[in-house]
Amino acid sequence: MTYEQFMDKATSPWMLKNGPDHDIVLSSRIRLARNLADKRFPTVAPSEELEEIMEFFQREYEHTPYHDNETFHFVPMSQLSSIEKRVLIEKHLISPLLTKNKETAASLISTNEQVSIMINEEDHLRIQLYDPGFQLEKSLKKTFEIDDWIEEKVNYAFDESRGYLTSCPTNVGTGMRASVMMHLPALVLTKQINRMIPAINHLGLVVRGIYGEGSEALGNLFQISNQITLGKSEENIIRDLEGVAQQLIEHERLQRGRLLENLGTRLEDRIFRSLGLLTYSRIMNTKEVAGRLSNVRLGVDLGLIKNVPRNVLTELTVLTQPGFLQYHAQKTLTPTERDILRASIIREKLHEVE
Amino acid sequence: MNCQKCQVRPATLHFKQVVNGKQTDLHVCEVCAKENGYMTYPEEGFSLHDLLTGLFNLDSSKIDNIHESPFQQVKELKCPTCKMTFSQFKHTGKFGCAQCYHTFSDHLDPIFSRVHSGNTRHLGKIPKRKGGKLHLKKQIADYRKRLNTLIENEAFEEAAVVRDEIKELESKVKEKKDGDEA
Repeated sequence: MTYEQFMDKATSPWMLKNGPDHDIVLSSRIRLARNLADKRFPTVAPSEELEEIMEFFQREYEHTPYHDNETFHFVPMSQLSSIEKRVLIEKHLISPLLTKNKETAASLISTNEQVSIMINEEDHLRIQLYDPGFQLEKSLKKTFEIDDWIEEKVNYAFDESRGYLTSCPTNVGTGMRASVMMHLPALVLTKQINRMIPAINHLGLVVRGIYGEGSEALGNLFQISNQITLGKSEENIIRDLEGVAQQLIEHERLQRGRLLENLGTRLEDRIFRSLGLLTYSRIMNTKEVAGRLSNVRLGVDLGLIKNVPRNVLTELTVLTQPGFLQYHAQKTLTPTERDILRASIIREKLHEVE
Repeated sequence: MNCQKCQVRPATLHFKQVVNGKQTDLHVCEVCAKENGYMTYPEEGFSLHDLLTGLFNLDSSKIDNIHESPFQQVKELKCPTCKMTFSQFKHTGKFGCAQCYHTFSDHLDPIFSRVHSGNTRHLGKIPKRKGGKLHLKKQIADYRKRLNTLIENEAFEEAAVVRDEIKELESKVKEKKDGDEA
């Protein structure tokens, strides 16, 4: 098995299970930043030192069995084409920054794609773990187990008063960034989200769109994460984040109910019109797809659409990204060519489930 | 005059637009102007990195003002391991290695405090590596010394904080013991 297995499918195996509150929270993610005690951080270290670190992690952790027969595959950035890198970024298995350090960076990716340990990104290690639905506490526990497993063979840069030492002061302490990916179409439609984001920011949490640039959230998908990493335990950070996410879930459900009540057929029309466009269109850009998929997902959540599984919608979200389309076509495509291929892939997928 | 866009709020911004020699006037409120992209704000497109660098520099000006000339060597602080200087750190906003944290230690509290809502000390996971418990015990001993000095100087408020920190550390040692036995 090589790294190509990570590119064949748009949906990662872990996504196929339904997690708690999966109608609103698509995934939970924990990321830990860690550094080796006696090495310079990747931002300043010479290439030879970074190559040594990369070799060490390949030697010690590649194909080493971990929990439930999971093993890690070593994926060096130097061996990926630019389209392949883009695919892994779109699947959130690696970060854009990792691909920039191409000769000295790699990632250890678990077979089920739940865990990715990025080597020589901004810090020596970035351990990230995804879970389906809303379950940050479980995700944290699992991430800590991986952290301990890695630590059996390395000495982390840690200071009693400052905690885990990281390249950037924004990560020092726990080195942890916890986040949830939420689908909030009703809060966007009722414009309530605009009022809520500043309030959430006040609590030391960050809200941002997952796709799209700046404040624009394509497909009504938002990521909520902690900003503070110092002076609060991981458990407390997560509890605060969970509290806010819980509030958002409740408000979103309430507004969904109200929309259904107040708009009735008009809401149904909006949802089914989107399904129709996705099923029959010949040209579709990323932005339009994101909006239509969001409407259809809402339709599925409200029980209006019964024959489209949520997994197919998740798959289409990733499958219709520019990197994936070009990987599929095995060549670089112009934006127009992408829009045509995108529409054709969506049609194909939706006709399969009909 | 009310805003031409929302018709509700008063128009506080007035634009003249000239397209193909034809002039149109636009009177809008600030909210609509922002929404319709008539205004660009300098803070937009400001990266977190820019923001951080700004914070650090703000901090350094303070340090420089306080210490004046006899303490100019503040600027010469240089990490013995990675050779990063404090001004380089302020410029990039990134540490070079773990040692930097010790080298620049005296100047980090204000930076961390700003970035982490007033927090400067870690509360949370501790590496499980061997000797972790010894580290804690050493730290407790250090804190006890500090506590005694503070009590001698009648700095009771500060002493209470240190006392709480000792308690926290002692419970951590206990947790570790329990963990070892399990």
